[in-house]
Amino acid sequence: MAERRTEVLVIGAGPAGLAAAAAAAACGRRVLLVDDNADPGGQIWRGEGRAHLAVPARFEVRCGVRVVDACGASAVLAESAGGVERLTFDRLVLATGARERFLPFPGWTLPNVVGAGGLQAMVKGGVPIAGKRVVIAGSGPLLLAVAAYLRSRGARSLLIAEQTGRLRLARFVLGLAGAPQRLRQTLELRRALAGVPLLTDAWPLSAHGAGRLEEIRLRTRRGERGERCDLLACGFGLVPNTELAALLGCRVEAGCVAVDEHQATSVAGVYAAGEMTGIGGLDLSRIEGEIAGYAAGGDERKARAGLGPRRRARRFARALERAFALREELRELPDARTLLCRCEDVSVGRAARYPSWRAAKLHTRCGMGACQGRICGAAAAFLFGWRCEHARPPASPARIATLAAQHEV
Amino acid sequence: MSGRTDVLIVGGGIVGAACAAACAQAGLTVALVEADLAVGMDATAAGMGQIVAMDGSPAELALTRYSQRLWDDLARSLPEDCEYERCGTLWIAADDDEMEEAARKATRYHEHALQAELLEQRDLYALEPALRPGLAGGLCVPGDSILYAPRAAAALLAEAERHGARALFGCRVRALHEGEVELDDGARMAARTVVLATGARAAELIPELPIRPRTGHLVITERYPALVRHQLVELGYVKSAHGTDADSVAFNLQPRPTGQLLIGSSRQYGRADPAVDRVIVARMLKRAIAYLPVLHGLDALRVWTGQRAATLDGLPYIGPCPGRAWLFVAAGHEGLGITAALATARLLSDHLLGRAPEIAPEPYSPARAWLETVVRA
Repeated sequence: MAERRTEVLVIGAGPAGLAAAAAAAACGRRVLLVDDNADPGGQIWRGEGRAHLAVPARFEVRCGVRVVDACGASAVLAESAGGVERLTFDRLVLATGARERFLPFPGWTLPNVVGAGGLQAMVKGGVPIAGKRVVIAGSGPLLLAVAAYLRSRGARSLLIAEQTGRLRLARFVLGLAGAPQRLRQTLELRRALAGVPLLTDAWPLSAHGAGRLEEIRLRTRRGERGERCDLLACGFGLVPNTELAALLGCRVEAGCVAVDEHQATSVAGVYAAGEMTGIGGLDLSRIEGEIAGYAAGGDERKARAGLGPRRRARRFARALERAFALREELRELPDARTLLCRCEDVSVGRAARYPSWRAAKLHTRCGMGACQGRICGAAAAFLFGWRCEHARPPASPARIATLAAQHEV
Repeated sequence: MSGRTDVLIVGGGIVGAACAAACAQAGLTVALVEADLAVGMDATAAGMGQIVAMDGSPAELALTRYSQRLWDDLARSLPEDCEYERCGTLWIAADDDEMEEAARKATRYHEHALQAELLEQRDLYALEPALRPGLAGGLCVPGDSILYAPRAAAALLAEAERHGARALFGCRVRALHEGEVELDDGARMAARTVVLATGARAAELIPELPIRPRTGHLVITERYPALVRHQLVELGYVKSAHGTDADSVAFNLQPRPTGQLLIGSSRQYGRADPAVDRVIVARMLKRAIAYLPVLHGLDALRVWTGQRAATLDGLPYIGPCPGRAWLFVAAGHEGLGITAALATARLLSDHLLGRAPEIAPEPYSPARAWLETVVRA
């Protein structure tokens, strides 16, 4: 097995990982940044990540590299088109981001019912959106950002259904008065969406169509209504990606990787930054990445300079969390026959017969398919209040040859 | 629970569930207590779910053969989600030495009226073309089957409940006394007979039982239907997996009804930690690739561990404890818990009802544990 040695290894080239790599490199460390996507940028800067790299970058970026497991102390196991390799480090910064939370409702598995961030990624990848009628439903600022992007790419008509309440949302926007820049961003976004209806207290009840999506039923403040559309893009907030951190032995608390003041995890020499330590958005991710990068690079003074900005950004994150907390009614969305696990065709009703995630998994196989519970685990955690953690290797499906190479060290 | 319970089973794995079903069907009043929240959550769920005739010793073959027949009878009435499938086992001979072993094995199986067919090299590749070239041949045992064991345990428990058995989950038993057990919260449950079916944990309640946890690792792949049709086991398995105390790996692979491949096996003593040992997984997968090269490029979804309940002589403890006629042990099945669950349960119900057992029960008597303990001392 090939072996690569670096001083600071950063996993994940989204905003947090890019900031961490730049900071560690500024400390004079040899830095390698790897990401499993074809390009850097993460989900948020997909396709435009290169623009966020300093030119010339002072660190090496390798995309298409998927880290699948720990590999002894101070190393991880990675696979790419070129094969398998062991990446050895003195310090590691994890910045594996978050994924969308999907909640099941009748019809959610119909073709053309997709993730909100997922749809944005598809359109960036070349899927045509011009002339399409799109409903964007769920919760959080991501819905607006996706709507603005789709509109810029020619989506014909748009409707945003935000589950949170009008009052809560108003309070949140008022709270931005203390952060003029954020308020400006929000207003700009709203202007970009002029004419796009934004319903609050609204969520999808069901999706209908013969073979593919034709119409959805929406619950709104004025009662139930139908809406014909070509695409329904859903996203009920984000879920931290903690799988790799857990495999490395890092403590995970309430679904987030636990970190100290310097973004250090419970494992010596391993740092974590960005959404995986708690959903906080772009600014917090960059600040945390910078702190982690300086801490991993050995410059404590510069790391500490980020503490104040991080405090303020976390305040915003908490406000965000309060404003977009998922409402209880969403637990009632699925009926007993609605699928919970698409990989293994397990309905909500079947899973509900069991007392825990583990029992449901072992007896129904929900969460045991290709996605290993990444999608249905978060949904089940919300629906049933289960602890749905996954801590079995590999962190994502890996070639058998990769796992077989592990002991060539 | 009233004091009228005839049989109280401690442990809700497949062995406990089978015992509950057999006793309840026989008209006894049955209660089962399990520490976990559902049936079949421990070794039952962690293992491969195979029902195989194994000939490590005459007693092992008698037990597994008998139990396999009981499974065959039950198979028709098993719910579909048990995924019972008679895929058969191919024992693979890598060289001429192993071919000779295959021939000896065939003779032993034939003596027990078990179907087993020696395979020439050509026959082997006709059955499983994906095997690596250059193997000598093998032995096909068509009567072996696989199932999804947690559901089979649930089906057995449901059968017990239909006959009036009661199951309590989330209750850990902390001590066994004559005629009753003591739960973690101090509550007591009375029963005429107590059955200990807690597998690798049996020694927690009967310290004299020399049952040791023996860790195994398994890997499951994405779906690759029809790549392999039989359960595949290397004939070196007996040498490499059973023989010693050292860590060992052997090639054992099943095509699951889902189209996934389940890859084993490893054996390790002294690892209480359920964490995955990457080094032994790598060794195990290398060996699997050596037999089935196509595995190299396939995707693995998940790796996990489980604890087998290993005994000193490789046979389970099934029977009453010496000097404690009220206490029956049904534990220590190592890798054969699914296979031997039904025979174990039948030996228990025969014992309780005073029926003549179909196979001689003596080789499995827990009395030998006390004997072994004395000998070791």
